[in-house]
Amino acid sequence: MIATKPQAIFEERKDQIYRKGEAPFDLACNKESLAGAVSQRACVFCGSRVVLYPIADALHLVHGPIGCAVYTWDIRGALSSGPELHRLSFSTDLQEKDVIFGGEKKLYQALTELINRHNPKAAFVYSTCIVGIIGDDLEAVCRRVSQEKGVPVIPVQSEGFKGNKRAGYNAACKALFRLMGTGDTNGVSPLSVNILGDFNLAGEIWIINNYFKRMGVQVAANITGDGRVDDIRRAHGAALNVVQCSGATLDLARMMKETYGTPFIRVSYFGVEDMADSLYAVAEFFKDKDPQIMARTQELVREELSVLYPKLQEFRDALSGKKAAIYVGGAFKAFSLVKAFRLLGMKVVMVGSQTGTKEDYEELQEITDKGTIIVDDSNPLELSSFLKEKDVDLFVGGVKERPIAYKLGVGFCDHNHERKEALEGFVGMLNFAQEVYNTVMSPVWRFVPRKEDAHLRER
Amino acid sequence: MKANPNYVSTTNACKLCKPLGACLAFRGIDGTVPFLHGSQGCATYMRRYIISHFREPMDIASSSLGEKHAVYGGGANLKQGLKNVMDKYGAKLIGIATTCLTETIGDDVPMILNEFRQEMAKQKGKKKYLPSLVSVSTPSYSGTHMEGFHAAVKAVIDQLAMNAGFIESINLLPGFLSPADIRYLKEVLEDFGLPGIILPDVSETLDAPARRDYEKIPVGGTPISDIRVMGGAKSTLEFGRTLFHKDTPGKLITKRFMVPLHQMGSPIGLRESDRFFAILEELTGRKSPKKYLHERGRLIDAYVDGHKYVFGKKAIVYGEEDLVVGITAFMAEIGIRPVLCASGGQSGRFREAIEEVTASLLPDPPIVHEGMDFYEIAEEAEGCAPDLIIGNSKGYPLARQRQIPLIRVGFPIHDRFGGQRILHIGYRGAQNLLDRIVNALIEKKQEASPVGYSYM
Repeated sequence: MIATKPQAIFEERKDQIYRKGEAPFDLACNKESLAGAVSQRACVFCGSRVVLYPIADALHLVHGPIGCAVYTWDIRGALSSGPELHRLSFSTDLQEKDVIFGGEKKLYQALTELINRHNPKAAFVYSTCIVGIIGDDLEAVCRRVSQEKGVPVIPVQSEGFKGNKRAGYNAACKALFRLMGTGDTNGVSPLSVNILGDFNLAGEIWIINNYFKRMGVQVAANITGDGRVDDIRRAHGAALNVVQCSGATLDLARMMKETYGTPFIRVSYFGVEDMADSLYAVAEFFKDKDPQIMARTQELVREELSVLYPKLQEFRDALSGKKAAIYVGGAFKAFSLVKAFRLLGMKVVMVGSQTGTKEDYEELQEITDKGTIIVDDSNPLELSSFLKEKDVDLFVGGVKERPIAYKLGVGFCDHNHERKEALEGFVGMLNFAQEVYNTVMSPVWRFVPRKEDAHLRER
Repeated sequence: MKANPNYVSTTNACKLCKPLGACLAFRGIDGTVPFLHGSQGCATYMRRYIISHFREPMDIASSSLGEKHAVYGGGANLKQGLKNVMDKYGAKLIGIATTCLTETIGDDVPMILNEFRQEMAKQKGKKKYLPSLVSVSTPSYSGTHMEGFHAAVKAVIDQLAMNAGFIESINLLPGFLSPADIRYLKEVLEDFGLPGIILPDVSETLDAPARRDYEKIPVGGTPISDIRVMGGAKSTLEFGRTLFHKDTPGKLITKRFMVPLHQMGSPIGLRESDRFFAILEELTGRKSPKKYLHERGRLIDAYVDGHKYVFGKKAIVYGEEDLVVGITAFMAEIGIRPVLCASGGQSGRFREAIEEVTASLLPDPPIVHEGMDFYEIAEEAEGCAPDLIIGNSKGYPLARQRQIPLIRVGFPIHDRFGGQRILHIGYRGAQNLLDRIVNALIEKKQEASPVGYSYM
């Protein structure tokens, strides 16, 4: 084992790193990223963009210079069963003269042009850093175009510098909330839910939809995976909001509860335990309206597990005792991952997130083993030092984390929004196990310089 | 010239933003950390975009400005960020590029850097360590990533290069090429016995061998000591036909240090490569090594072997202007008809450059448009019915829609493996491109045939 270099950690960030068992739990979070620390975080715009992106029949116009639009073109694996307008990248491509004289006129023209061309069900107009500085009145332009074109045109207050990704989630929720309550709720069943916080990466929301269907529960609106504007407009008619993810859409659930009285529960579809618990929680909610629902749900879980467990056992045999590190955007996903690794017999030795909250980290501290490193808003130097210190076999993260793992000769599993494998649901657990197995068991690691010596010694 | 009708909105841009180009250029300098003065998102988005192509670490520091900095100025965060990068990365050079945010709030970066240098000089006790700080203005609302790339190279020269006496080296300013291309250039210079300072040099930093540890800053890149003596070089060689009329980094060296400048196109295809080797022969007074004459000979032999597969095929070429010019030059040589040359860039010299490299080879000049996006390219494609398209991976939706092959070149290539290892330049690069194009067309024909020919 190579000892960690303590100099990887900034003095200013020491309170954002905790090793379980060393001292009473205390972890600072929700801080602005440290300048120069190469945070893995994105910006407000990114938060809004990822939440609203999967709404497939809306026009998503980024009002700003070209970068913000071009780096988010077709970036998520968020699938649609119908229209695919969301996969196009629209921008006002602001130029110097627009910055000097204001971009409102260009925005008006671009919006009108694009709505005429594509006839979307609604349009979202994203504000970027520069728009926040030059002070374009997005609200006024959107109102005007909305009146002229007869479709909702909704500004998203997502100026990049006004916070981190979480602020962007909030701006997206506010935008979504403006759509809500404007549609006809006829036909929405008393046994209905909205799925919040699932983005249909690799078709995952279809897996979840299918479970609900088998339980006899109607899905009123997908928010936002495979999302449709008309569904969102009538989502207030649903009986329950089922909210996944660390908080991308939690604000929306709260707003709906306050205004429409829609109750919500928090769930996760990752891993066997959390997936089953989520379905049971929904069944529990509807059991008075439908006394048979619990039995149907139990049957569903039994069926799925009878297929899953034998296959999972093979992976477990191979992976048992291997060590994993996790670094994800929101901490909520990390909870499920910790449990999923336990099911595979693997040990989680490091877990962190970009934007976790105090409560999130407390929960992580509860469910992890002694010695586990818990970290908030980390960076490549820290992460690489943790991977070496803990001598891990696998790192779970996104594209930015991948080269850190690979350069250290460590397996990697992409659990970010660009992934192309469905990881939710019972079948998702199997895919996850397969992917972990494929990377951890690969013969290539023995050739990487950091591991080469150990292998030579073994021989 | 823009396509008609002149749309106001942009759909699926065929360009990237200015600071990204600057970061790529800085990545080709030894011991350098690229640093964006702006909000955190810019750095993160660009890292993700670049990593997805090169599959290499790409640490870009950020001053991570928040709302209060946008109001009161980002100077304090910039200084703190620089200190942190010095402490943790031990950078030899920090390349600071601005963003839309900091350009618009009016941060005077050169002034802030001067303050920072003075503050650091006053610090007592500690061992004096101050990396070179190079700043470049790159607001994304003016120009593309290519303007950002050249601006960064120019800033590095402007702020570091000197004439410390005559040196035997030449300066080679290749523009934005792949790591494989830069490796090829090094090999050629070495075979000519000609020492060269290649700026930037991403051959190792963006395509690194597996090493024992995670390198904080990737090994390789143009040594700073080399950049400092560029003013004494015997000559400068600069690629990029659309730069001819601009104030380029090469012209800056000429203006300031009287170093003679040879400007030429990116050496893609036979004739542009011939021009490159001719200049090297002139500079060294040596004949091209036999190895390259053989490569050239094999290339011509392959031109002949492959000509019937490709003749008369219509192609759309898109991407950075200078890459498109080079690829178009090559297409014209093998009998493919470039029907549309498109770029999101707007150099003002795109058409002229295309005409220079295709003169006498094409019956009709191709349609050439600057400032295009993929929506407009797809519209134009309706009229010209291309058989194949050539460019980065962002043209894939068009290729898929039209069911024609896409030959992936340049950057980014986000849907295939090995983009960093594609060789575009020289006889060897042309050979590589030719093989890929011919095979793509053969494969298309084979797949489309009901016979299932196993002999094509």
